[in-house]
Amino acid sequence: MSKVLMKGNEAIAEAAIRAGCRHYFGYPITPQTEIAAYMAKRMPKIGGTFLQAESEISAINMVYGVSSAGYRVMTSSSSPGVSLKQEGISYLAGSDLPALVVNVQRGGPGLGGIQPSQSDYFQATKGGGHGDYHLIVLAPASVQEMADLTVKAFELSDKYRMPAMLLADGTMGQMMEPVELPAENSGKTYEKPWAVRGTENKREHNIINSLYLVPEQLEVKNLERYERYKEVEKNETLVEEYLTDDADICVVAFGIAARVSKNAINAAREKGIKVGLIRPITLWPFPSEAIAKAAEKVKGFISVELSMGQMIDDIRLAESCKKPVVLCSRVGGMIPSPEQVLKAIEDMEGGER
Amino acid sequence: MSMHKRVTLFAGHYGSGKTNLAVNWALGLKKQGGRVVIADLDIVNPYFRTKDSAALLEENGIEVVSPEFANSNVDLPALPAELYGVVQNRQRYAVMDIGGDDRGAVALGRYAPYILEENDFEMIFVANFMRPLTLTPADALEVMREIEQAGGIPFTSIVNNTNLGPLTEPETVLSGLEKCRELSALCGLPILFTSARRDIASKLNISPLLPIDIQRKYYEIL
Repeated sequence: MSKVLMKGNEAIAEAAIRAGCRHYFGYPITPQTEIAAYMAKRMPKIGGTFLQAESEISAINMVYGVSSAGYRVMTSSSSPGVSLKQEGISYLAGSDLPALVVNVQRGGPGLGGIQPSQSDYFQATKGGGHGDYHLIVLAPASVQEMADLTVKAFELSDKYRMPAMLLADGTMGQMMEPVELPAENSGKTYEKPWAVRGTENKREHNIINSLYLVPEQLEVKNLERYERYKEVEKNETLVEEYLTDDADICVVAFGIAARVSKNAINAAREKGIKVGLIRPITLWPFPSEAIAKAAEKVKGFISVELSMGQMIDDIRLAESCKKPVVLCSRVGGMIPSPEQVLKAIEDMEGGER
Repeated sequence: MSMHKRVTLFAGHYGSGKTNLAVNWALGLKKQGGRVVIADLDIVNPYFRTKDSAALLEENGIEVVSPEFANSNVDLPALPAELYGVVQNRQRYAVMDIGGDDRGAVALGRYAPYILEENDFEMIFVANFMRPLTLTPADALEVMREIEQAGGIPFTSIVNNTNLGPLTEPETVLSGLEKCRELSALCGLPILFTSARRDIASKLNISPLLPIDIQRKYYEIL
């Protein structure tokens, strides 16, 4: 396969199509509108459905419908729009339905702005809507990963019957890089005997539902779901480690923050500072083991985020507060510079050398 | 490339490299003397803008007209009144950076009557055959027609700006040139020149060729 030059948003859309997604419902919002624009162009040519809904709430409920029928389906938005979708996401989780929700984050809270951010981390990884549930949350750090993790998200979502979220940010959505697209019909598919697509008088009909008025039954549903979540935590955690073998200091960062951090880490290494990076690729399940292992030998952690400090809580939980964890961040649409991260590394090392 | 039209417009599929090319073109024009203004008509792309190069352009004595809210946190695609000055004041060279695709070219429609009346323009289709929706000359022709419909100005020439970002090889540019020739045969328009990053251009033995500098770099994949 040869490479093409793509925007991150386009890569998500094309990868979704190649993973067999033929149904897209959305509502435009910067900085993810290219996903919808790409789908609008491509879907009619391949017999798929592109539908611009009247709102994000409407779009997520259309996703619920198509997923119930057993087809791969997605929606995408940016932060304020994803907040609107939360009720529907909770319903998907409560009905054990697979679906892909893409969040190309922008600054918040409220309408915020259109520049990049990672401040929806809590919303994505801690539930977001009401009730006990998790999403599989994948965090791409390149246009290539925007494509690859889209396919992965559909696979995992179908495998575990739970919604998945691709948590990107504005820079990932807008930047252009060479990408090798996944092959057509790529990604594992799974039988969906639970789907509502006609009984042909051969079986009892399936019911897709999140309403359980008998508390004993609802408790069982929740317990079953959390058994599945344990499997996901055991089998599906993805993490990249960069120069951690001999590291005294460990930077933890995902998405664009991880790329900035790698520049800073290389600069620090040139100054003789032993520093490495743990880059969570799945934010839920969070790579707690890798963090706990690093805590045995490093003197501290630096959480580099485009938020006021959200992932930092998961780092502290993972290493049981054994070592100090400091935050290095910019917010409101700003991105930490490699120099800022380098300074945080030098401060932890003990000042300028 | 000595006798330049007063107005040079860069349009094409989004991501084809219009903004970067427009900035390089304006800098080149300025070196030959005279007043030069560069106008950013892109109301669809929120992040990567002519305004990113504003400091460099202004240092070089080039006037920059861009949407008031470009590169800010405000998602308000309004065009400034000064844009009329760009098309109405015929005392300076104008370089116009049009937004991607037909959606981006809609903004051009307002200024098209002035440009057509003056009739001293080059409307350039910037082609990058490494983009997934314009991989073939037929795809590119479709985009060309859509842009003409939306913007109200017919293309007059093609520029081969085929690139694969940091992975561009001389062969990438040459394969693009081959497809530009096919596109040229399909639409009857000439290929004005090929543009390529300076280090790639030095390895190419084709003419006419415009070596360009990349105006903005993002964090490399590590």
